[in-house]
Amino acid sequence: MEKKSVHAFTGTAEQESQLKAVIKEHHDQPGGLMPVLQGAQEIYGYLPIEVQQMIADGLNISLSEVYGVATFYSQFSLTPKGKNRISVCLGTACYVKGADKVLEAVEKKLGIKSGECTEDGMFSLDSTRCIGACGLAPVMMINDEVYGKMTPEQVDGIIDKYAKAGDDQ
Amino acid sequence: MMTIEQLNKIKEEKRELVMVRKLIKEQGEEMAKHTGYKKQVLICGGTGCTSSGSHKVIETLEDSLKKHGLEKDILVVRTGCFGLCALGPIMIVYPEGCFYSQMTPDHIERIVEEHLKNGNVVKEYLYQETVHSDGSILSLNETAFYKKQMRVALRNCGVIDPEQIEEYIAVDGYQALAKVLTTMTGDEVIDEITRSGLRGRGGGGFPTGRKWAFAKATESDIKYVCCNADEGDPGAFMDRSILEGDPHCVIEAMAIAGYSIGAQKGYVYVRAEYPIAVKRLQIAVDQAREYGLLGEHIFGTDFSFDIEIRLGAGAFVCGEETALMTSIEGHRGEPRPRPPFPAVKGLFGKPTILNNVETNANIAQIILKGADWFSSIGTEKSKGTKVFALGGKITNVGLVEIPMGTTLREIVEEIGGGIPNGKKFKAAQTGGPSGGCIPASHIDTPIDYDSLIALGSMMGSGGLIILDEDTCMVDISKFYLDFTVDESCGKCTPCRIGTKRLNQLLEKITEGKGEMEDLEKIEELAKHMKSSSLCALGQSAPNPVLSTLNYFKDEYIAHIKDKKCPAGVCKKLMKYEIKPDLCKGCTLCARNCPANAITGKVREPHVIDQDKCIKCGVCMQNCKFNAIEKN
Repeated sequence: MEKKSVHAFTGTAEQESQLKAVIKEHHDQPGGLMPVLQGAQEIYGYLPIEVQQMIADGLNISLSEVYGVATFYSQFSLTPKGKNRISVCLGTACYVKGADKVLEAVEKKLGIKSGECTEDGMFSLDSTRCIGACGLAPVMMINDEVYGKMTPEQVDGIIDKYAKAGDDQ
Repeated sequence: MMTIEQLNKIKEEKRELVMVRKLIKEQGEEMAKHTGYKKQVLICGGTGCTSSGSHKVIETLEDSLKKHGLEKDILVVRTGCFGLCALGPIMIVYPEGCFYSQMTPDHIERIVEEHLKNGNVVKEYLYQETVHSDGSILSLNETAFYKKQMRVALRNCGVIDPEQIEEYIAVDGYQALAKVLTTMTGDEVIDEITRSGLRGRGGGGFPTGRKWAFAKATESDIKYVCCNADEGDPGAFMDRSILEGDPHCVIEAMAIAGYSIGAQKGYVYVRAEYPIAVKRLQIAVDQAREYGLLGEHIFGTDFSFDIEIRLGAGAFVCGEETALMTSIEGHRGEPRPRPPFPAVKGLFGKPTILNNVETNANIAQIILKGADWFSSIGTEKSKGTKVFALGGKITNVGLVEIPMGTTLREIVEEIGGGIPNGKKFKAAQTGGPSGGCIPASHIDTPIDYDSLIALGSMMGSGGLIILDEDTCMVDISKFYLDFTVDESCGKCTPCRIGTKRLNQLLEKITEGKGEMEDLEKIEELAKHMKSSSLCALGQSAPNPVLSTLNYFKDEYIAHIKDKKCPAGVCKKLMKYEIKPDLCKGCTLCARNCPANAITGKVREPHVIDQDKCIKCGVCMQNCKFNAIEKN
């Protein structure tokens, strides 16, 4: 499934000490692996193999067990996400109102498919299942901003805004 | 530790403040005089309205109140969902009960100046249904959307501030727990719940009291109470709204369940995709602990109970009870065979009960008002109310709570306000990827657990998606199968391979390559998946296909025999053509075609090259002469 080349691991010592604190917090908690993985993803943005190894060592379980859980849940990502995370809701309410056409427009605009990241690392695209804003269907999210009642025509302008903000920095 | 006297004291102190929002105008105005606030402004801070920008409205309002020196006279309350999400952000002003809809920060200054300061309601910003033709203003409960609703599970949503435990206490919060702990035995509680006729609101409809009785009967020093808040059905958001609008009602119900079966610990498993719900629930748990309503010796009794929140990580199968427990244990969320049932051997191998959020939201009311009150609502075998997330092709998209037995027609035509754009109602989909559809011919069916099963659908958790004539039933079945293919955990073969094969057959049909014998294959495969899959995900995955095949077989046949999609959705079966007699040769379509598929000379009829056409429909949108048709 993972098509991307291996990304060089760039974790810092500070991130590692944060991770160790998370592991310590959940070490003796029954079923603590999930909260640790969630904490680790928050710290690193994704779960590279190096991080999974640290978790396995810290919780005293096998790497294969960590990998098994990390790959089971769609929330966990083994590859880095873009600077701007775009998700198009493909829940039923959005789908019957044309969310698939919105997703198509985003894919065309960025030249990537759902689940991928642009080469410059600026945008990653995912389709999600229902964020619960069905009153605004179809819905697209960029980072934490929600764009409701979307049409494919609006896609260009919205993404350009983020691309421009990136250029300005 | 809190005593019952202290609980009652908080209730008395805060009661009038909250009751202003529940009373009819005159009484509310009288009561408002005792609260210290001239007016109260309630703004929805649920996910729907927050997505429409309600947080910006609240900021602007607070700034404006300060500017006018009104911050001590006007109380701003951030509530949970009012229900009418399509009109968000929603703002209600009490004691008048004025319902302002689709608020933006630009509206605020005028409302503060004219209404909050000078007492003149800004009628043009009100939800127009609440403005009577003679200029008088209706209360919310008189509008078509709310009139037929009955709020039991949602009773506090949109009324209280969910981040203030005292507001929950003001509306009888934790009184049911106090009653149970001091005057009832565990068996009496279970008996009351059993007699109420409450059935699980998460989908299956298993009698809640019986579930509790099984867990009580199992001997064990440790037992668990779990709450399923992993609302994975796409298009359903009832549980999220309850957690966002009234989180304490879930905590109280879990403690009551814990007392009655003899459990000391509870887990809430909630979707990580619901950040607002998670945050409010955590605040609620922290406050309950601080007030001694969770923890050791609650109300000075021997009963101790605490709750931990666990986040899901985006796996639909974890809504299944055994998978959910496996996930809390920190493993891949795969289901396990039953028996043993969780009431005997559940979380960490101990007796466990699992109730859904909406089920929990009914518990305290049943204890306070009695089983007879609850069982007087609804139909013979389905008691109480049901919350539905009404979505899709319907005017009033939002959250509705209706007594069981309300007909689909009442929901669609009255509460839902009908289908937009003058389109025709085609079907309603319930139960999401595990459910089926109710066609227009059965629109007068009273909705309860058993009538939906009889129609080949199911109650599900409460997603109710309205489909109109532009929806292709084969395509929608394929949409659900795409979903189950993605979400099948892969543990058992009938589900892992069955969903994939079923999806391939549907893909074949939507691409115009289907044969009549594929329909038989679908039915055969579906039968095996239903009988041999390990959990409900695989057992119910064929339902959307079987149900549409039952009611809309002609549509399947049109795809197979005529190679046509009657609703004009399936791209591979669609053809855009230019009618030569209407085409003026203006070249607009050719210039806009992204695939360069249209050719022709100026002022002469153009032609679409079907091999190049990507069926995007841009030509049809741009044509000023209606010369392009879709077949």
